[in-house]
Amino acid sequence: MNLLSNLISGLAIGSVYAVIALGYTMVYGISKMLNFAHGDVIMVGAYISFCATVYWNMPAWAGILVSMAFCTVLGIIIEGLAYKPLRGTGSLSVLITAIGVSYFLQNAALLIFGSAPKMFTSVFKGEAFELLNHQLVITRETVFTFSICIVIMLLMWFFTQKTKIGKAMRAVSEDNNAARLMGIDVNRTISLTFAIGSMLAAVAGVLLCSNYPVLMPTTGSMPGIRAFTAAVFGGIGSIPGAMVGGILLGIIEIFARAYISSELSDAIVFAVLIIVLLVKPTGLLGKKISEKV
Amino acid sequence: MRKNGKLVLSPYKKNEITAYLVVVLFFGIMASLKATGVLSRSLSGQLIPIAAYMIMAVSLNLVVGISGELSLGHAGFMSVGAFTGIITSLYLAQAGAPTVVRFVVATLAGGVAAGIVGFVIAIPVLRLRGDYLAIVTLAFGEIIRNILNVVYVGLDRNGLHFATTSDIALLEGGSMILKGPMGAITNEEISTLLEGFILVVVALFLAQNMLNSRTGRAIMAIRDNRIAAESIGLSVTKYKMIAFVVSAVLAGFAGVLFGLNFSSLAPVKFGFNQSILILVFIVLGGIGNIWGGVISAGVLTILPEALRQFSDYRMLVYAVVLIIVMLVTNNKSVGTFMSGLKGKLTSRKKEGGDDSEKN
Amino acid sequence: MKKSTFKKVVVMVLALCMAFAMAACGSKDEPKTEAKLVIGGIGPTTGGAAVYGLAVKQGAEIAVEEINAKGGLQIEYMFEDDTHDAEVAVNAYNKLMDKKMQLLMGTVTSSPCVAVSAKTYKDRVFELTPSASAPAVTEGKDNVFQMCFTDPNQGKTAADYISANMSGKKVGVIYNSSDAYSTGIVDGFKAEAAVVGLSVVAYEAFPSDDTANFDTQIKACMNAGADLVFLPIYYTPASLILSQSKALNYAPLFFGCDGLDGILALENFDLSLAEGVYLITPFNPWTTGKDFADKYQAKYGEMPNQFAADAYDCIYALYNAFQESGCTADMSAADICDKMVPYFTGSFKVTGLTGADMAWAKNGEVSKAPIVAVIKDSAYADL
Repeated sequence: MNLLSNLISGLAIGSVYAVIALGYTMVYGISKMLNFAHGDVIMVGAYISFCATVYWNMPAWAGILVSMAFCTVLGIIIEGLAYKPLRGTGSLSVLITAIGVSYFLQNAALLIFGSAPKMFTSVFKGEAFELLNHQLVITRETVFTFSICIVIMLLMWFFTQKTKIGKAMRAVSEDNNAARLMGIDVNRTISLTFAIGSMLAAVAGVLLCSNYPVLMPTTGSMPGIRAFTAAVFGGIGSIPGAMVGGILLGIIEIFARAYISSELSDAIVFAVLIIVLLVKPTGLLGKKISEKV
Repeated sequence: MRKNGKLVLSPYKKNEITAYLVVVLFFGIMASLKATGVLSRSLSGQLIPIAAYMIMAVSLNLVVGISGELSLGHAGFMSVGAFTGIITSLYLAQAGAPTVVRFVVATLAGGVAAGIVGFVIAIPVLRLRGDYLAIVTLAFGEIIRNILNVVYVGLDRNGLHFATTSDIALLEGGSMILKGPMGAITNEEISTLLEGFILVVVALFLAQNMLNSRTGRAIMAIRDNRIAAESIGLSVTKYKMIAFVVSAVLAGFAGVLFGLNFSSLAPVKFGFNQSILILVFIVLGGIGNIWGGVISAGVLTILPEALRQFSDYRMLVYAVVLIIVMLVTNNKSVGTFMSGLKGKLTSRKKEGGDDSEKN
Repeated sequence: MKKSTFKKVVVMVLALCMAFAMAACGSKDEPKTEAKLVIGGIGPTTGGAAVYGLAVKQGAEIAVEEINAKGGLQIEYMFEDDTHDAEVAVNAYNKLMDKKMQLLMGTVTSSPCVAVSAKTYKDRVFELTPSASAPAVTEGKDNVFQMCFTDPNQGKTAADYISANMSGKKVGVIYNSSDAYSTGIVDGFKAEAAVVGLSVVAYEAFPSDDTANFDTQIKACMNAGADLVFLPIYYTPASLILSQSKALNYAPLFFGCDGLDGILALENFDLSLAEGVYLITPFNPWTTGKDFADKYQAKYGEMPNQFAADAYDCIYALYNAFQESGCTADMSAADICDKMVPYFTGSFKVTGLTGADMAWAKNGEVSKAPIVAVIKDSAYADL
């Protein structure tokens, strides 16, 4: 019973990691850039949703939509101002700029929303489900987070496999130059990917804060790093990989905490990651790197 | 020195001499200003951390710039050095050793400890490539920090006692010198500016010599084309390992210098953010450019302090400066202007591939 | 050299010049018209611990305004950010020393405070910290004093109170193993629980305040049959534990320390969750601290917490001791320190928001009675 209940906790946090990891993985896949500001876009998304529901008295679904719209625009602005001018330069330059953007978002949030944490109202209202004679309690958040995570995965998978724009994205991520020769507007495709990634970040922000309802300017940074780890774990650049990586990471984290040592849970999570990468150097579902001579 | 005549200097040598000159000048001016009391406390208090960060910049440059592998966990080596140094220094203090001896032995111990950790970590790390390698270094950085959070060390007449909880029975007069998440809180500040300066010079000397040696050329050959380098019989693992371990040792030195400058030091200081900070130094200074990284370490350490007049907007301004500098230094039109300026300043074209950007 | 590198170096050198120029400007002395008492403050106003630093900064500001409005000796108050980092805290301290600080109110958090108090001890600057509660802050330093309880003391008080008033309860403890405050209280609690014979069924640690998921810890307490959960942690993780416990239909008695203070001011927090929670707090914004709370609310638009109240008391304690010990504003920090230390540990007493007739021992600890309160109708009710 205990095992099952821990498994469910792991699924809940893992699903959130999966949605965040999806944003990382898509942006990485297409621009080969580690967007460390992604975690902070999540934080912004959560704040906007908070403002919409608490200050402007909107219903929860409207709050999510507003937040998604805001983050999409934010993503496009960040990409246009900070990342686009650096396209074609070293990937490290973009990495540092992303860190600059991350600092900026965190400190801007600190100035705008203040340092005091805010309690996020879960968007999934209602009682927890009790199963097996009250021995197993599953919160509504867990159920919805997991389902939304699956739905988003399927949508993204369908989008990248079946639509024209999605195929363009895959082409750009496969070979930038060849895609350009085929008439694909590479810059626009990359911007679009950022927009989608940021929109997903807004959803992730709402999911994260619905499950763990404390909202602070630093809310996004730790889950951001963990989700990045999850993306690599599953094979960065791969959409199903992000999902598998996220959920596994969540479960490992909770199990390590429950059965081994809560102090060392971080170390255990990262140790598992290292072992996986040693066995499969490009992550669980990652593509093999072909070496060019 | 060995190959060239006294008057003809290779570009490498010229770079090297400039680097030493910059460092000697910087520390010379700072030390004299400090002695005459002109320098504000705020600046003079930062000199030792600046020296430590300069060594970190040299150290990380060996891995990222010279060896071409992105490391996101370098603060981990720094922390191993720092805490080993602190334990050694306090242990020797109890034995009654003079300060200088304590510092020297602590530095060596910190360097060796970080080097050993670097070696152990390099075995799995170097099997990976690119961003996967980067994430594993990040993972190791976090693991080191996490483990340090549960290390408790006590010191009494019987010597050192290690444990993973605070329940250590110490003899009378003994004290806890490392308390898990709290870190070292009974540390003595024994780093001096002169020691910092010497360590920076040692780090630069080691790095420059390695660069200009057979080993350095092999490492750079592997960075530029691994397969070609392998085909001429260079052992990739061996050379990458050398770069990684030397870098870890230097980071250990920096850690000791840094750690022995504060009476309180917590493991949380050496998290992901610290690793990133050091990476920012070397990217802004020009990846692979040793002295660029050193200057940039100085500037970026002072910058947040210099921005204090912006009070609450300090970190926001810092972020904006960071982004703008990245954009400006990579901008084409500014580049044209700068190269024009450079043409006027230097009549002779320089060569040398020691500062080529990754990718 | 490649072009890009040259560019970077030029930019860097320019930046270096700018940085130095700015640093030089900042350290220039402003002309003093009349002698003012310069009190410096240090604490995190950015980063994850900003909420505590800002509370201290603002609480102290109110005291300074009150004192300056009364006339007489004026205070010049400066507060510097330390981002909850020892290195930055030392920088902030040096910056304040450049600005001719005479007394130090700070630093807010323990680990940076240890680093700074080593400096003040060497420089002979009188230091009173509102909230750095680790014993190491004052250990071996005659010039450093605390306004708050020390951590082990709080743990001891909690164990004593539980054994005296809630006997027979099975106690579970959830604490932050990477936090000095939390582990300090747990150490004190553990020792005293063994002495008074509390039945503690679970010690559950979590690794950092960043972790927002306490399912494992709550479930472990549940399974161990704990009907009282001791929370020696700050209010942010505590609020999560309260709401997650509710989600899991687990309703033991919760007992917290002064870190829990502030939980009722959490924006959008479901206040019903906190009903019936016990906490040790020196400060009650609904009774003794009402005036201060109103002023604070009017000025900053939020409820003050104990950090703000401790800082407010700190300024008054510093100011009173400064005047009563016969110091004047034209004295150097070291002279002031020499005069104030014996006076502070002697007959000096001060009454403030967080205690009446507070006095200080030579080891830096404050003597004030910890008060256990229970949350009732979204306010602290004294017991």
